[in-house]
Amino acid sequence: MDRRLWREPSFDLIAKVLQINWLYVVLLCCLAGVGYLALYSAAGGSPEPYATRHAMRFAMGMLIMLSISLIDIRFIAKLAWPAWLGGVVLLGLVLRVGHVGKGAQRWLDIGGLQIQPSELMKLALVVALASWFHRASRERMGNPLFLIPPLIAILIPVGLILKEPNLGTAAITLMLGGAIFFAAGVRWWKFVLVLLPLPLLGQFAYSHLHDYQRARIDTFMHPESDPLGAGYNIIQSKIALGSGGMWGKGFLQGTQAHLDFLPEKQTDFIFTMIGEEFGFAGGIAVMGLLGLIIIGGMLIALRCRNQFGRLVALGISCNFFLYVFVNIAMVMGVIPVGGVPLPLVSHGGSAMLTVMVGFGVLMSVHVHRDVVFADADDDG
Amino acid sequence: MKRDIERTNVFTRRALLMMGGQVAVLGTLAARLYQVQVREGARYTTLADENRISARMIAPPRGRILDRFGTVVAGSSTNWRVVLIAEQVNNVPATLEAFSALLPLSEYERTRIDRELHRKRKFIPVLIREFLTWDEMATIEVNAPDLPGIVVDAGTTRNYPFGRHLAHIVGYVAPPNEADVADDPLLGLPGLRIGRAGMEKFHDLGLRGRAGSVQLEVNAVGRVIRELDRQEGLPGEDVGLTLDAGLQQAVLATLADQSASAVVMDCRNGEVLAMATNPSFDPSVFNSGVSQAQWLEWTKDRRTPLINKATSGLYAPGSTFKMAVALAGLESKAITPADRIGCPGFLDLGDTRFHCWRKGGHGMQDLRGGLKNSCDVYFYEAARRTGIDKIAAMSNRLGLGVELELDLPGQRSGLIPTREWRMGKGHAWNIGDTIVSGIGQGFVQVTPLQLATYASRIASGRLVQPHLTRKLAGVLQPGSEPDDWSSLGMTDKLLQTVREGMWAVVNEQGGTAPLARLADPQAQMAGKTGSAQVRRVSRELRESGHFDSEKLPWEYRPHALFVAYAPYDAPRYALSVVVEHGNAGAAAAAPMAREIMTEVLRRDPANRSEAPVARVVEAGSR
Repeated sequence: MDRRLWREPSFDLIAKVLQINWLYVVLLCCLAGVGYLALYSAAGGSPEPYATRHAMRFAMGMLIMLSISLIDIRFIAKLAWPAWLGGVVLLGLVLRVGHVGKGAQRWLDIGGLQIQPSELMKLALVVALASWFHRASRERMGNPLFLIPPLIAILIPVGLILKEPNLGTAAITLMLGGAIFFAAGVRWWKFVLVLLPLPLLGQFAYSHLHDYQRARIDTFMHPESDPLGAGYNIIQSKIALGSGGMWGKGFLQGTQAHLDFLPEKQTDFIFTMIGEEFGFAGGIAVMGLLGLIIIGGMLIALRCRNQFGRLVALGISCNFFLYVFVNIAMVMGVIPVGGVPLPLVSHGGSAMLTVMVGFGVLMSVHVHRDVVFADADDDG
Repeated sequence: MKRDIERTNVFTRRALLMMGGQVAVLGTLAARLYQVQVREGARYTTLADENRISARMIAPPRGRILDRFGTVVAGSSTNWRVVLIAEQVNNVPATLEAFSALLPLSEYERTRIDRELHRKRKFIPVLIREFLTWDEMATIEVNAPDLPGIVVDAGTTRNYPFGRHLAHIVGYVAPPNEADVADDPLLGLPGLRIGRAGMEKFHDLGLRGRAGSVQLEVNAVGRVIRELDRQEGLPGEDVGLTLDAGLQQAVLATLADQSASAVVMDCRNGEVLAMATNPSFDPSVFNSGVSQAQWLEWTKDRRTPLINKATSGLYAPGSTFKMAVALAGLESKAITPADRIGCPGFLDLGDTRFHCWRKGGHGMQDLRGGLKNSCDVYFYEAARRTGIDKIAAMSNRLGLGVELELDLPGQRSGLIPTREWRMGKGHAWNIGDTIVSGIGQGFVQVTPLQLATYASRIASGRLVQPHLTRKLAGVLQPGSEPDDWSSLGMTDKLLQTVREGMWAVVNEQGGTAPLARLADPQAQMAGKTGSAQVRRVSRELRESGHFDSEKLPWEYRPHALFVAYAPYDAPRYALSVVVEHGNAGAAAAAPMAREIMTEVLRRDPANRSEAPVARVVEAGSR
């Protein structure tokens, strides 16, 4: 790409639209399509009440994503810190007036739209950290004092999310921050220094957990100890997955899901239902699709020519990856149940919206992969 | 610019590293997915089927209990019930209100319904009211449009057409308790009842039948989606009794308002034709649960309606015991039929004077006379000569003081004292104890059933055992033929001596039981009266001449007893009657025995089509 292109007024809307990675958009549509089929089945072979709404939300999300992808990445960079501040305010608000669900306050009702501020916060954090490290030279990266502000920028929202309490999202947020630190070039030994006392920290955290969270961890360790209580979800999920076998029971034929043995099949455990009806073959196909979307995001990061864009794209891809990992590992009983849906597949409007906003920013990075930042120029 | 390139390189390296990590993690998850779905797939498929397939049992219909002619005495009938299915109603309280307007619900019922509605899942029916009459059911059906979610459904309930007439024998059923359920899972089925008393209890396993099973596909909350397989069970077997239900009714009617019991047996084979206990109770009450008030009424009644007096009531046999003493004496040759004993009205032994019931005495008496007049002094002396141990052995042989092989739970064995038994209690046996035992007083205690068995064995000379089961699942059981029973091992001559005495009691001028004489001279009854004191009468009172048992409070009056068999020349039926506190056997029990025996002979199968006299005579020549 010619750098001059960006300085010319002819780089207009149409040129930008042409720059959108339409293959990536197709991948996202495929994933949402899988979601449509799964939700159709979850409703017992009916587009109501899940599938139709899912399709409409995706269409709206796609519109938002495409709009955002046309916004200049430099403008987004300018919004980074205000967005971070907004996220923190929303997190504070959710603690005061949020809806209580499953013993935790997570949801905020804004004009009938339920949003989960922690999801928006992750996106804002990625953008904020990217803008911080965007200006960082190799020397400044070596200065530990330079790393303290971004560290605080991570810990404040993580602390607020922990207080909701939402252990899973807090951990994901923390890992997300770590990923950006890592990609920005923070030295290996500094990670080692932080990771070493982690076991102790874990012990401390465990003793301060809510009972329901502790139950999740305990039943994860020994799911059979309480087959009808907290371990029920994990066991039923594994039974449903396992009974699917190689090729599955067929579309709409999943007995465990349709006889309601599988809990929350339209949200957290939708991957299980896919596995039961389409077998290992179907499960691996969906995982492949998810993998392509993650790799595609990483490739966008690698092709971007400015540090801000790279870090943002990497952060958004990592966020998506963490989502996928936690959900799939959870339904297979690899990690404790965490209440994390499968993005673009599970039923739920708020998650869909934030994910699509994220992909919009990712696409904006792609469209504006060759722009030059004024302040970065100073650096170079 | 150089720095920028360096920074880019660091980013590229690390981003590629992270991509590799992500691919590795996804690969691990895929491997795990393979493990769960393909490698362990079969195991999880089994678990999935266990999840969704629920085997349930189908309750088999309980067998019936029939009398000897096939009349149903315990059967199952339809129990019309009203249930509410909560999920079919928008407003449950309004529906219940509408129901109350038609059939009022008590506060207690409302509380129970609310509790069950709260506890059960919405699709499980909750019982509103059971045992509806036809009219009540019609009322509900007609108003069905105003009662959404209300369903009339047909359950089964045990019914006893003869109610209190057979309550003690047929018994009753009640819901099983937890210990019962542990024995047989079938009992866990809702609405299933098990036999708690009587024949319902004795033949419970056979009556119960074998459960069928049905395989259902259910969802996670247990709602049935469809039926996959069905296996019908075996219905319970019918039990045929030896009883004649019509005779039973007649016998109970004869007992009128007395606290009494009567047993009628076929003396040739031990079949119990009637076994009545008065007062009785209505067994169907147990089906729906007994109220506190009802229970108190039963348990406080001193006439003990819940106890089967025929098998569990213990009474001193009084003079009815004299045949046992006579046979013991005759067999051991302590006395002979011709021995004469003088009766001055009393027998003195040391300081103690034993009175005869007749103040002036009977004069010289032989065995026949002793029985006919029921002379106490004769039997004091006969007992003294024979000794208690021989009397006890003979009594046991005749069915007294031993547990009989009756197929009915709750039998008591009574007592015939022996020296050994008395030693076991820490006392020496006194000769006076033998003397009072000679007239069936003192320690001697027997049941009315034992008395009827005693009369049967004297009449038939066979070791018959009383029994109530005649047929199981339509098959005649052993014991129905006289030849199924072995001989008493006593010569007919010995028995005949005693039988003649019993004949004289009823039929000879001056016998003690003229009131028992049958109207038909061709079918004569032989019998023996008995009056058993329940309290010792003091010497002063007796000698003051003012003793009159009629004036005693009810519970201190002597029991009145009568044992008999008929026809005398060809024994077929034996009976015993015990009237609690009836004063005198001759006055209270003998007329009842006459009435009962008349009814028995009227019902004799041999009398059905032809003139009674001819048949009885013919039966006698067999």
